[in-house]
Amino acid sequence: MRGEAGVTEGRPVRRRFAIVARYALLTVLAAIVLFPVYMAVVGSLLKTEQITSRPPTMLPTHPTWDSYSTAWSAGHLATYLRNSAIVAVIITCGQVVTAILAGYAFAFLEFPFRRTLFVVFIATLMVPFEVTIITNLNTIVSLHWYNTYAGLTVPFLATGFGAFLLRQAFLGIPRDLQDAAALDGYGHLRFMTRVAVPLARPAIAALAVFGFLSAWNQYLWPLLITKNDQLRTVQIGLRQLRATSIEQVNVTLAGVVLAALPLVVLLVVFQKQLVRGLTAGAVKG
Amino acid sequence: MTEAARGDVDVDGAGIAVSLREVTKTYDNGVMALGPIDLQVRKGELVSLLGPSGCGKSTALRIIAGLEAPTSGTVRIGSRVVNDVEAKDRDVSMVFQTYALYPHMSVQRNIEFPLKSRGMPRDERATRVREAARGLGLEGLLDRKPAQLSGGQRQRVALARAIVRRPAAFLMDEPLSNLDAKLRVQTRAELIELHRRLAATVVYVTHDQVEAMTMGDRIAILDRGVLQQIGPPQAVYDEPANLFVAQFIGSPSMNTIGARVVADSEAVAVELPGARIMLPAPTGAAVARAGADDVVLGVRPEHVRIDGGQLPATVSVVESLGHERHVVCRLDDGTMVIVREAADASPARAGDAVGLSVPSEHLHVFDAGSGRRVAV
Repeated sequence: MRGEAGVTEGRPVRRRFAIVARYALLTVLAAIVLFPVYMAVVGSLLKTEQITSRPPTMLPTHPTWDSYSTAWSAGHLATYLRNSAIVAVIITCGQVVTAILAGYAFAFLEFPFRRTLFVVFIATLMVPFEVTIITNLNTIVSLHWYNTYAGLTVPFLATGFGAFLLRQAFLGIPRDLQDAAALDGYGHLRFMTRVAVPLARPAIAALAVFGFLSAWNQYLWPLLITKNDQLRTVQIGLRQLRATSIEQVNVTLAGVVLAALPLVVLLVVFQKQLVRGLTAGAVKG
Repeated sequence: MTEAARGDVDVDGAGIAVSLREVTKTYDNGVMALGPIDLQVRKGELVSLLGPSGCGKSTALRIIAGLEAPTSGTVRIGSRVVNDVEAKDRDVSMVFQTYALYPHMSVQRNIEFPLKSRGMPRDERATRVREAARGLGLEGLLDRKPAQLSGGQRQRVALARAIVRRPAAFLMDEPLSNLDAKLRVQTRAELIELHRRLAATVVYVTHDQVEAMTMGDRIAILDRGVLQQIGPPQAVYDEPANLFVAQFIGSPSMNTIGARVVADSEAVAVELPGARIMLPAPTGAAVARAGADDVVLGVRPEHVRIDGGQLPATVSVVESLGHERHVVCRLDDGTMVIVREAADASPARAGDAVGLSVPSEHLHVFDAGSGRRVAV
């Protein structure tokens, strides 16, 4: 009897230990990942002379916002951030709309070469952007879109990834729902907007966040396609900020923090949808 | 096709709500889902389409609904040919096995969804939804989402969504299959009441013969895309058109015993394993007319008696269901014969040698080759 009691008592203890160990490991990993971010924030709150001190300051005792105002005014961050926001919003909207239409077609419509066409869509995921960059540049220039918002955004309005993600999400919608909607008087367009899209919201949110993230972080393409600050985006802005304030790392770090802020807000707002979108269909129900 | 197997009920077409004429469906891969099928459903009638999985019953329903196009043949709703009419314009509504409720909409919005698409004014919509909800006891649930409802409640929402449109016909595709056994019996009774109250025309697909028997004014039995028989449940039970129907309808199913026809100048008899049975005159004459050498005798379990009769058998299993007993016997050649007895009948035990008797008026005779009933 004692032995049995020992076994039943032993299990919860062992399980508790396993949980503690797991959380300890996760905490360490999180600390490693977040450390550079923390140091960037700390660095941005220091004075120029403090930032080079050794050992480095881990906790700012007298934080100052000076570097933020310097970055904002001297680095023209307002313009860059505005440009990035415009470009990212256009690209995100474009990607969501085209992915919904393409994903719906692949999931619900019958047409010749559907499978082949889908494979072609998927195949584009394997072509790195750098491979097509010269051709894209030539195309944009020939369309007279050089140094315009169109040139910045149009090449990214549709992605194979988006079509794939939403096709998968739409395939998860029971066929009976489409049949029911057909009998209820809803054709493809209205079924898509009233039923399919609301049901695929987690996947759409995930796509939107990823689209926004990648558009926001673009560097090479905006650099190639623009020639003046009026159209340049925030990543280029940061680069220039670093070049102009080489002595003031705190100003650069303040710029980095400002540039990352919209993304952090976006991730916090959409966090739940994002996780659901990426794991959609992974488990039953 | 025999007369009994045809779905004809009305020559001039008046009073017909749904009609299929020579309808076939062959898929692109060459699979024939539905043979030429004739089916007519009268206004206010509930016809059950019954058959095993893959028999084509759901295909027939989807063709009526307009969700699939027939390969050939004519589909009518009322007097109108609807082959080229879209599903939404056919004036039918459908209840699905999975209920097919829109998960992101409240019960209220689910029910009014078909009305909205038809541009009905808001006030009228609200009145209709209230009526349908009241009729099905859903008034307190209108603000809930489908995920917050039980299986039975979801089923009632699906019914309300079908009813609210007041269509010419309701199409139901195994609507009770997803419910547990107890709820299924209850909902079945509710569906019958609803059918009577609305005087609705219903085409009801099921693989459950009890559902088909209890609900249908008539049942149509399909197998491998072919309509085997259509008629009132009792008629189909009493006079199955062929072996398939005989064995599909009834639980436990009809006993079938292979037999040889032995005719002499006076009467026709059949030889069974271990016995010879004289056929009653009209049946004997019909068998003689049919000219079959081999037949299959069918007898319902409730018509076989363990009373020291002339058919020798050995009891192999006795299953007690409380209110009745199923005594599983083996004939000399191993053929299984199930006897349904009252619970208080003298108990036979496994291993007993018994004699079975079958009243000749309850014998069904089928042609061994074609499986068709030898009509008396």
